[in-house]
Amino acid sequence: MQDKIRNERYNKYVEAKIAKTHAWPSLFNSFWVGGLICTIGQLFNDILLLSFPNMSTQSAWAFTLIFLIFMASFLTGLGVFDKIGAFAGAGTIVPITGFSNSIASPALEFKNEGIIFGMCAKMFIIAGPVIVCGTVASMIVGLIYLFI
Amino acid sequence: MNDWYVYLIVFLSGGLICFLGQILIIKTKMTSARILVTFELFGVFLAAIGLYDPISSFCKAGINVPIIGFGASLANGAINAVKSKGILGIFTGGLEATAGGIAAAVFFAFIFGIIFRARTKKF
Repeated sequence: MQDKIRNERYNKYVEAKIAKTHAWPSLFNSFWVGGLICTIGQLFNDILLLSFPNMSTQSAWAFTLIFLIFMASFLTGLGVFDKIGAFAGAGTIVPITGFSNSIASPALEFKNEGIIFGMCAKMFIIAGPVIVCGTVASMIVGLIYLFI
Repeated sequence: MNDWYVYLIVFLSGGLICFLGQILIIKTKMTSARILVTFELFGVFLAAIGLYDPISSFCKAGINVPIIGFGASLANGAINAVKSKGILGIFTGGLEATAGGIAAAVFFAFIFGIIFRARTKKF
């Protein structure tokens, strides 16, 4: 009984201490920042196709994603990306920039634990699940398509 | 093709996906790894049921740039490889299609990890 009261009191204390994310501004910011990142991607893709007319659309998309990944890890290195991320929330996580940041950020953070077991190992602390789940899911899809 | 409304569609659709991601973050307090995996698996699902390509030809970067596109190219790569190579395609298709993105992310993270120093985080 006493434990229950104590737990409730503790939960209230935690609620009060957690930094409140104001719902509406963060939703608005994630919308326009996310939209802007996608628009930059589209713009880069269109410029690429205009400058190299015989490039296939598939490789143009690959270059676009590589460009966005490059920008995201560069800005992560400069320390700018974390500030944009705190402002935009999902606006920077959901685009491919979030994937890039999730590799670059631990790489920077764990560098002082050594190159091999610090940087190279901890790089995949967030991207690992993404690659593992994606690979397994894509293999399941491939397996299904093999039989139909 | 190059009309301005294409950019409007890209902006609105890309924004909407990130908006939905932010709702998920607020409602469920998911960490970014879970958000990425959720959206990626959603992309795999969309591609598996064949809905991704029609959406992608309309929304373009609006759905290609979010991690949904990454998941979809994993699934599409696996599907196409199975059609052309058979059983081997199950193993090679998905990662082959996304190899550019993964290699770029790892390479740039390594290079910038060497060059830059970590900033102390302020909470």
